[in-house]
Amino acid sequence: MRLIARRVMLYVVTAIVAITINFFLPRLMPGNPALAVLGKAQSAESPQAVAALELQYGVQTRTGIWGQYVQYWNHLLHGNLGTSLNAYPASVGSLIRAALPWTLGLVGTATVISFVLGTLLGVAAAWRRGSWLDNLLPAMTFFQAAPYFFVAILAVALFATKLGWFPPSQGYDTATLNPAFNWAFISNVLDHAVLPALTIVLASVAGWIIGMRNMMITTMDEDYVLLAQAKGLPRRRVIGYAARNALLPNVSGFALAIGFIVSGALLTEIVFSYPGIGYLLVSSIGSDDYPVLQGIFLIITIAVLLANLIADFAYALLDPRTRQEA
Amino acid sequence: MPRLLRSPKILTGLFLSVVFAVLAIAGPFLAPYSPDSHASTTIGIAQPPSAAHLLGTTQTQQDVLSQLLVGGRSTVLVALVAGVVATVLAVGFGVAAGYLGGWADDLLSMLANIFLVLPALPLLIVIFGLLGKGGSPNDLLIGFIISATGWAFGARQLRAETLSMRSLDYVDSARIIGERRWRIMAFEILPNLIPVVATSFLFTVIYGVGTYTALSFLGVINTSHWSWGTMLYWAQNAQAAQDVHLEWWWFLPPGLAVGLFGTGLALLNFGIDEYVNPRLRSAGLTGRRARRAGLPRRSRIGMTPVLPTQGAAR
Repeated sequence: MRLIARRVMLYVVTAIVAITINFFLPRLMPGNPALAVLGKAQSAESPQAVAALELQYGVQTRTGIWGQYVQYWNHLLHGNLGTSLNAYPASVGSLIRAALPWTLGLVGTATVISFVLGTLLGVAAAWRRGSWLDNLLPAMTFFQAAPYFFVAILAVALFATKLGWFPPSQGYDTATLNPAFNWAFISNVLDHAVLPALTIVLASVAGWIIGMRNMMITTMDEDYVLLAQAKGLPRRRVIGYAARNALLPNVSGFALAIGFIVSGALLTEIVFSYPGIGYLLVSSIGSDDYPVLQGIFLIITIAVLLANLIADFAYALLDPRTRQEA
Repeated sequence: MPRLLRSPKILTGLFLSVVFAVLAIAGPFLAPYSPDSHASTTIGIAQPPSAAHLLGTTQTQQDVLSQLLVGGRSTVLVALVAGVVATVLAVGFGVAAGYLGGWADDLLSMLANIFLVLPALPLLIVIFGLLGKGGSPNDLLIGFIISATGWAFGARQLRAETLSMRSLDYVDSARIIGERRWRIMAFEILPNLIPVVATSFLFTVIYGVGTYTALSFLGVINTSHWSWGTMLYWAQNAQAAQDVHLEWWWFLPPGLAVGLFGTGLALLNFGIDEYVNPRLRSAGLTGRRARRAGLPRRSRIGMTPVLPTQGAAR
């Protein structure tokens, strides 16, 4: 458990660093960007919006920078991420809350599918080295090197526009359906989710396959695997022993990859006009909605840290050594 | 290293890298049109490839081939700058942390770990968003900023390698004869880390291409600054993939270019991995070759066959 405690400390420090960066960035930029936005806002927005912005970006306040920092923390701890410029008076929190379930559902499911599928294929590729699976590796390398959103564009062009198998955009049929807990709505949502999920799986699975294959090849030479076979265990059990040990680096690799996958998935959402965080992100970039941009950065950071923590628990579960240390 | 050059992965990777390097240097001179000029102001739909426009035109009648050739320089340049700077940072942090140990190691490792778990793209979006998309962007600056988020992985790997090396006999003897610490790090340890450094460099260049393309695709970087990412930004804006005409000539070339550049670098990386760890090799180990060499159909546990690479076989 000492390992978990150390990791938790790392995540807490990282969260503090992220929040601090988020506070200082707009104040450090050449020509405080908040001023530019305020200039634009003053003509278009209500006085309350301008006042809220001034508070958030420390313009024309008497409070010193340290006081502003304390105030910023106070707001954050009360769940206040500020007010959106673009959709005033909607709060940043409410915009993110509306978009988050879509992203969590899509990205979560796709990532789990990709990890499980990639790991199994990696084991198979290692066991049958030189089989057709190895010939797939160069093609998978391309899908991994190409940006997620390009894979998404290809998927839309082929499966939605050309073949018409799946709807090309949006999270559900907004023209004919209202969100409700019935089969018509849910099946429509699933129908819309298949293609984006497929894209994320396709773009991320290669990393798991290659990592698992390489680890598995190294593990299969260990003495304990030889012993397992020498004492006549069925092949399935032997592969199981080797795979369980080869899995460890892949699980800790999960921690490194999750931020990358989430970022890629956000870009995928944009191609599909999927109503999640990615879509919110791109619309706030277009309108210089800094409070929303910064709020999204914080939410993604915290989500990634939580995913990391889950991976750490899985690691401790798989590897008894980490549990015995304490 | 002739053995290195015999690997088909290395050869393909080198070929692709050289092609893209040439493209980055010569591209803007080869472009038949200006990437910004409109061939016609009356036509409102993208034109498929023709003799006048080899890769067709965009919706506003700009030449796709010219945009591809001009945009390549910025894309490759940003990726290279990001790769070089991030690798220098990774070597500095990683070797110092691994060799110095103690509180210096704790501090540097903590910093690297923070940058590892901090999601890079959202952070970069905030940075570039706040920098403003109005001004004309500077490729060097973009590369520098991207590199700040890309060094941590390499640093961690290099730290682990240095750690396993610091108590080797030859390092001990260098310490005993009184060599200075920076000299041991730079001249005794670093040369033995070159494969790791090379892998880390290639990895960050791939990261740089992907990240820069993603940022320009999102429109956080000035959208009139031509790169492969901005081409995709405009194609997505015009819904080129959703359009009934399916304007493939618009979104396919820049995406393929990014993908192939990345694939080339990744193949080089795998080639180096296989050079360092021959067990990973499967090149030339086709079913027929394996049978002829008398290898079992399935890998026998406890023995991974390592065959000579194809060129050296007979």
